[in-house]
Amino acid sequence: MALENPRQTATEARLAALTVPQGGWTGPARQNALARLTKMGLPLRRDEYWSFTRPDSLMAPDVPVAKVFDTGEESHLFAARDRLRIVFVDGVFDAEASDELALDGIEIGLLSREANADIHWARDLYGVLETAGQDPVARPFAALNTAAATEGVLIRVTKTPSKPVSLVYYHASETSDAVMHHVVRVESGAELTLLENGPAAARFNKVTEVDVADGAKLHHVRAQGRDHDRRAVTHIFARLGRESVLKSFTMTANGRLTRNEVVVDLKGDDAVVHVAGACVGDGANVGEFHHDDTVFITHDAQGCESRQVFKKVLRNGATGVFQGKILVKAGAQKTDGYQKSQSLLLDGDSQFLAKPELEIYADDVACSHGSTSGAIDEGALFYLRARGVPHGEATDLLTLAFLGEAMDEIEDPDIAAELLARVEAWLARRR
Amino acid sequence: MLKIEDLHVSLEAEDKEILKGVNLEVGPGTVHAIMGPNGSGKSTLSYVLSGKDGYRVTQGDATLDGDSLLEMEPEDRAAAGLFLAFQYPVEIPGVGNMTFLRTAVNAQRKARGEEEMSATEFLKKVREKAKALKIDAEMLKRPVNVGFSGGEKKRNEVLQMAMLEPRMCILDETDSGLDVDAMKLVADGVNALRSEGRGFLVITHYQRLLDHIKPDVVHIMANGRIIKSGGPELALEVENNGYADILAEVA
Repeated sequence: MALENPRQTATEARLAALTVPQGGWTGPARQNALARLTKMGLPLRRDEYWSFTRPDSLMAPDVPVAKVFDTGEESHLFAARDRLRIVFVDGVFDAEASDELALDGIEIGLLSREANADIHWARDLYGVLETAGQDPVARPFAALNTAAATEGVLIRVTKTPSKPVSLVYYHASETSDAVMHHVVRVESGAELTLLENGPAAARFNKVTEVDVADGAKLHHVRAQGRDHDRRAVTHIFARLGRESVLKSFTMTANGRLTRNEVVVDLKGDDAVVHVAGACVGDGANVGEFHHDDTVFITHDAQGCESRQVFKKVLRNGATGVFQGKILVKAGAQKTDGYQKSQSLLLDGDSQFLAKPELEIYADDVACSHGSTSGAIDEGALFYLRARGVPHGEATDLLTLAFLGEAMDEIEDPDIAAELLARVEAWLARRR
Repeated sequence: MLKIEDLHVSLEAEDKEILKGVNLEVGPGTVHAIMGPNGSGKSTLSYVLSGKDGYRVTQGDATLDGDSLLEMEPEDRAAAGLFLAFQYPVEIPGVGNMTFLRTAVNAQRKARGEEEMSATEFLKKVREKAKALKIDAEMLKRPVNVGFSGGEKKRNEVLQMAMLEPRMCILDETDSGLDVDAMKLVADGVNALRSEGRGFLVITHYQRLLDHIKPDVVHIMANGRIIKSGGPELALEVENNGYADILAEVA
């Protein structure tokens, strides 16, 4: 009797439940991804980068049921902003709720509509940056995504548009299993602000491939919705050209399980990447909160700056994970790499697991990393209370102050204020 | 106003009695000073009165206008009008000084059932009080006490006192870490707050501060008790002869 190979068994079971679209310009990339996925297999707990996060529910052939959260009267995030709205419900494009897909300076298409064409500008990127990001660490869910994605936006920015592009994800079905794949290319000298918000589906697998050309800028802000029950595994694969800038910020409140991977390749000299995240998690929502940020930044050019700032507030048995790596290749002189991951544990039940890594092959670099985990500063808390600020309010004030360094990474102060207000409300509801 | 009766206090962590029966009464409009050698229990008294964790009251009581302070949360004591100027003001990274002041002022008002102070009124008042203490706009914007010098921290304490307008002020070694000019500035700030309805308890090692903030009554504390009380001349006696004579006298 042949020994059962758990990785192969799990991978085969998942693939059996998956439909891989055929033909069109994505066809070869999908077949290639399928072949790669079959070879690497889906993750097991024993894999180095999955030892802190259980992959099971992210890869189960059947989607674990996730209740849809009722946000009540609360207005949607970014609702007051002038933006181009593109709406998806459970991963399916909602034309009626969306704006017309037209904006001066950019080309916007949908994967579902354009995948059947023979040629497309995104062909040079779809699955390409993802493939590059599989080395040296395998990212099986991203390969799965490239193979099976049914929807996504294809955005090419040639001239800075007048307003942000805003992707809005609704979750409507308790068993939706959305696989979305976006491709964004910002051409030389252009700028784009990309906003994303919403829980998207019961289970959401999303890949965003980002190509920022020489001198181009991409500002990315996302909020992963308020659904307590949802699961998500997301990847950003970014390639940065000379003097380009990528700033990506993620706000996460709630969610049963989230794994956000960011893989950045600094290919041109003097490029700048800032990746930041603020996360607030309450294990009491649905008995489980697990948030994992896994970041891999490769310095492959001279004089580049990378900055990672991740802050997590955890309570009632919530778990936070940070795995961040800075790889400085030989020749990437004058690299400035910074990494900070911190958690604030509001009780003794919560935990933070961190694995910061530096791997440096150049000799003229400045790299630093720091990871801490702690409780509310009792001295500061007493000081505030002695001035008349009640315990709950004082704790919230200190919690917001803790998140501040990550929130400061949001370039637009109005967006930062809007997100901060959401966190404030989240904390106030739990006082 | 502030009345402390037979107050016995131990450290929570170890069974060690720090205060061994303190009796003290501070009336409105008066300034009382407590002097005493290191380890006599002066700072413990200030912490216990303001509600810091880690102490256990085993006997006695402390009341403010008849209400026992000891059962109240620190924030409720503050709202009731008690203020402690910290010996070591705490740094709070990420919380702006202005935000901190406004939050504190309005939290106390709310607790007392008063209306919140409007933004304009608040700004006007802060600017006026800060100017008198030579606290510039930059210092108001910075995170609470972060990167402040010793003198700046103590001036910031007095600014908070001026904004919160407490009825009973406890100053815990406000003179420590201050040069002569800074001490004068801080003392002027405190003196400006002296009024008929307000009481002060000034804890200090040295007589220096009392040259600037003139006390009505001076108490000498040693080994967890007040061993001698008198007029301002008692402070001079300490300055000239140290504590040894007084300790010997009551022993």
